[in-house]
Amino acid sequence: MSVQTQIHTKPQAAARTAPAVPNKMVARDVKVFYGAKQALKGINVEIQENKVLALIGPSGCGKSTFLRCLNRMNDTIENCRVEGLIALDGEDIYGKGIDAVQLRARVGMVFQKPNPFPKSIYDNIAYGPRIHGMATGREELDEVVEKSLQRAGLWNEVKDRLREPGTGLSGGQQQRLCIARAIAVSPEVILMDEPCSALDPIATAHIEELIDELRENFTIVIVTHNMQQAARVSQKTAFFHLGDMVECDDTEEIFTNPRDERTQGYITGRYG
Amino acid sequence: MTVTASKSHYQSEEFARRLRGRYAAERNFKIAGIAALALASLMLVVLLTSIVSKGYTAFQQAQVRLEVTLDKAQVEERNYTAILRQALYAQFPQITDRTGKRTLNELLSSGAPYELEALVKQNPAIVGTTQTVWVRVDDEVDQFVKGNFSRSAPESERRLNDAKIAAIDAMVAKGTLVQAFNTTLFSAGDSREAEQAGIWGAIVGSMLTLTVTMLLSVPIGVAAAVYLEEFAPKNKWTDLIEVNINNLAAVPSIIFGLLGLAVFLGFFGLPRSAPLVGGLVMALMTLPVIIISARVALKSVPPSIREAALGIGASPLQTVTHHVLPLAMPGILTGTIIGMARALGETAPLLMIGMVAFIVDIPHGLTDSATVLPVQIYMWADSPERAFTERTSAAIMILLGFLILMNGLAVFLRKKFERRW
Amino acid sequence: MQITVLVLILALLTVSGYQMGRSRAAASVGGRLVELHSVPSYHGFYVALWAGLPALFLFALWTASEGWLIMRMVMSALPDRLVAGDPQTLNLLKADILNIAHGISTGRDVDPAVTAAAAHYNSLRAISDWSLLAIGASLAVAGLAYGRQCISPDLRARNRVERVVNIGLVVCSMVAILTTIGIVLSLLFEAMRFFSVVSPIDFLLGTHWSPQMAMRADQVGSSGSFGVIPLFTGTLLITAIAMIVAVPVGLMSAIYMSEYANPNVRTWLKPILEILAGIPTVVYGFFAALTMAPFVRSIGHSIGLDVSSESALSAGIVMGVMIIPFVSSLSDDVINAVPQALRDGSYGLGATKSETIRQVVIPAALPGIVAAIMLAVSRAIGETMIVTMASGLTANLTANPLDAVTTVTTQIATLLVGDQEFDSPKTLSAFGLGLVLFVVTLSLNMVALRVVQKYREKYD
Repeated sequence: MSVQTQIHTKPQAAARTAPAVPNKMVARDVKVFYGAKQALKGINVEIQENKVLALIGPSGCGKSTFLRCLNRMNDTIENCRVEGLIALDGEDIYGKGIDAVQLRARVGMVFQKPNPFPKSIYDNIAYGPRIHGMATGREELDEVVEKSLQRAGLWNEVKDRLREPGTGLSGGQQQRLCIARAIAVSPEVILMDEPCSALDPIATAHIEELIDELRENFTIVIVTHNMQQAARVSQKTAFFHLGDMVECDDTEEIFTNPRDERTQGYITGRYG
Repeated sequence: MTVTASKSHYQSEEFARRLRGRYAAERNFKIAGIAALALASLMLVVLLTSIVSKGYTAFQQAQVRLEVTLDKAQVEERNYTAILRQALYAQFPQITDRTGKRTLNELLSSGAPYELEALVKQNPAIVGTTQTVWVRVDDEVDQFVKGNFSRSAPESERRLNDAKIAAIDAMVAKGTLVQAFNTTLFSAGDSREAEQAGIWGAIVGSMLTLTVTMLLSVPIGVAAAVYLEEFAPKNKWTDLIEVNINNLAAVPSIIFGLLGLAVFLGFFGLPRSAPLVGGLVMALMTLPVIIISARVALKSVPPSIREAALGIGASPLQTVTHHVLPLAMPGILTGTIIGMARALGETAPLLMIGMVAFIVDIPHGLTDSATVLPVQIYMWADSPERAFTERTSAAIMILLGFLILMNGLAVFLRKKFERRW
Repeated sequence: MQITVLVLILALLTVSGYQMGRSRAAASVGGRLVELHSVPSYHGFYVALWAGLPALFLFALWTASEGWLIMRMVMSALPDRLVAGDPQTLNLLKADILNIAHGISTGRDVDPAVTAAAAHYNSLRAISDWSLLAIGASLAVAGLAYGRQCISPDLRARNRVERVVNIGLVVCSMVAILTTIGIVLSLLFEAMRFFSVVSPIDFLLGTHWSPQMAMRADQVGSSGSFGVIPLFTGTLLITAIAMIVAVPVGLMSAIYMSEYANPNVRTWLKPILEILAGIPTVVYGFFAALTMAPFVRSIGHSIGLDVSSESALSAGIVMGVMIIPFVSSLSDDVINAVPQALRDGSYGLGATKSETIRQVVIPAALPGIVAAIMLAVSRAIGETMIVTMASGLTANLTANPLDAVTTVTTQIATLLVGDQEFDSPKTLSAFGLGLVLFVVTLSLNMVALRVVQKYREKYD
């Protein structure tokens, strides 16, 4: 139980030491149930603005579930119930004031497997801006598409074939297309659910570089199985285990000096 | 398009307004879905209601009670018509003129004398006595008693004249004209006279036809499925068979009727209107359905079962007959029942091979002329009389009853033997 | 009679063959079953096959050739004046002989020679049946004896039985192919005979359909014209009306069921569509003729339109209702095959459910939905009973849904129902129509099934 209290106090201590970085999102005592089964047992995390937070942990530990809570993607799953508080800029995202559609525009998501729509590359990117009415004219839309693709580092590869189907791209390109699609709606936070697990090492390196660049403008939460990846791309790391968040700290801290023995066991490869 | 700009976009009044519009569109879309389902349900309800409301009265038939004196001489002459008429006149002593008597004559069913004759044949001892019998009335009288004809119309536009209506009212008031359960409907074959028409002939025809269909299509279909699923090499030839089966399942049923006409009747010279030919045609038609469902059932048996059997030295055939087929049986059975239900409701191909003939006798064998329930419905639906409309609806109710029973059985089997691997 | 006896004898011999084979196999090794190559029951099957199969083949061959042979013998015995006619009268004559032989009155005055021929036919038939019984039974006994004699401990009974069973399975799987070949050949053959009288160009491009042919040369009346254009337009008109009803309703139902309805509601809604799908077409036809047609007519009258009592509209609407479950279950399949990842991608961008469905799910499922609609069109084109009962027989060349039109299937059905002379162009034209119908529906189905298959592979 002493471990438990430690977790509770730890992030607040971190916040005290670095008051300059504001919290973009805050989760307090988040519990998730699928029917009668409890998937998350009270999670407390701060997500700091313009930083990358990596969620690590063995499979089935609830990190993806937690990620899906952050933009209410769990709403689409039947009999899923979320308790506790999750705030975006101090506003409860499960509260009355915020609408799931609006929230998801502000908190975008990139999935495990690249999932481009069966449309052209251009229409894939333009989809979000169109439904949200962000671009008023043709030229404005063209600009949004170009800018998003540039930011995702895909522009040079696809600028001559914007009308071709997005499904024709390679796996790594598809995933960058999905990232471009997500940033086209100008979210504040981007959630990434193991974005590289279906990609080869070179494509993975591409995406990792991209994540580092995107940090400048967006707050990023990434779920990953790959601890080297977490170490490479993130500034903060949270370790999940069996529905609990065991500890959350600066990435360097977690990897060099973990406080909890479960974290230590995981990062040294004793289980996973 | 900076971050701060976007933040204001999502929290702007404009975005909120747009969002309300999007949610309205969402609601309308959902309502459209509900409306579509509501429309489908409404059509089902209207269809069933219209049939039940038209047909439920056919299960009753008006009968008249007569005190018949079975005079020996008249019985020997088989003049049952006269016996019945005398009994009827006795109920109306005030009517003596010829027109009045003719009016009374027309109240009785033309089949009533045969009914009486059958009664006498069954029990010859009653000859010479006076018996109380119930005989059917004419279908128009029956319809009038059931309230299907308007009384208020002018006499010239009415099917029954004032004299008939007066006689009917008198008998109803006396309690000698009542409605009783219509046994004829379930025991007789077809007839031109509605009150003598029944569906038993068609039901027997349907049963004979379905028996042939089942005996042919089930073994052949299951064998074909076993071969394609368990033994066939994967090559062009089996691909062809597979494409062929899928296409055959979607060929219009009337084409199968043409096939039956040209091949079974034209080439092999089999008799027209016979349940044998009907069954053959239906078997060819249901074969793809059975093959497809049997293959699905076989596919759902996990390969580990086969490996286990082969591993202990069973031959491939033994593996299939001892292990795979028994496990796939519930699925095959369900598919078979559904295929048979479809065959039971099928009409068009049977028209082609002459099962649409007017057949009074109950068929006794596979080569007798026969008709089937749906074709009987088709033929009755063509008859303009109100009484036939009523009987058509009743026949439909019975056909639907059979179908519900069969599909219910299929659902029950599926539920009972459903197995998740 | 004889056939029933033969079947009984065969059944008896087969069963006893099985028993005999079993016991003889066991006896041949003195009860030490391990010394047998195959278990006794396979020896039993082996003997049973020998007893049953050859006789069964004979039976099949005999019944297939019997009718034709006997008829030939009867015809050759007929006086020349009767056999001199052209093939058409000959066929009529054959039909008459058959009818009289089966005890069906032809309703015409019959030449005594024909009656005699019918008697001749019946006597030949009796001889044939008796000899079949005798030969079949002796063949079965001989087979039984041979099979029994073959049994020895080394007999590879299992392998032989399995080979026979395997051949049986292959033959069964060929039945479907044979059916298709039978359909194609019979349609082609009869249609060719039709096209030898009526040119295919006149048939396919003619705009006037009235298949009544003068029976005799001196009869007044039309010579019959066989232009199928009015039938095509009628079929298309009714199909189009049916699709206007079925596609939106079926598709929206499928969308609601697969995307919105929770499982509880679904278990209630699904049976409604299943019942609609299970209602026989003749019931829909009755409903169209007796309820829908008067309803459409009275609505039309109330707004001042002249509606035919057998309007294309009422038949089309009811056919649409019939096809709703077909469209919805096929679309349900393809919509469910769209991966959840695509929906998640759209929700993740902040799309609402209906935006996701309309802009992501439907475009992704489009090939499958188009294929489903093609299958539905093919179904509507081939549907017979509703149009036969509710759309009438007048071949109007019109696009007005309030008029009566006729369809290809209706014409096939009416041309071949009732008394018919088998060789007149009128009857044969039904096969011409059947061929067209078959070609059209088959191409629709083939394309649609291919598209569906491709689509499934894409998302598997």
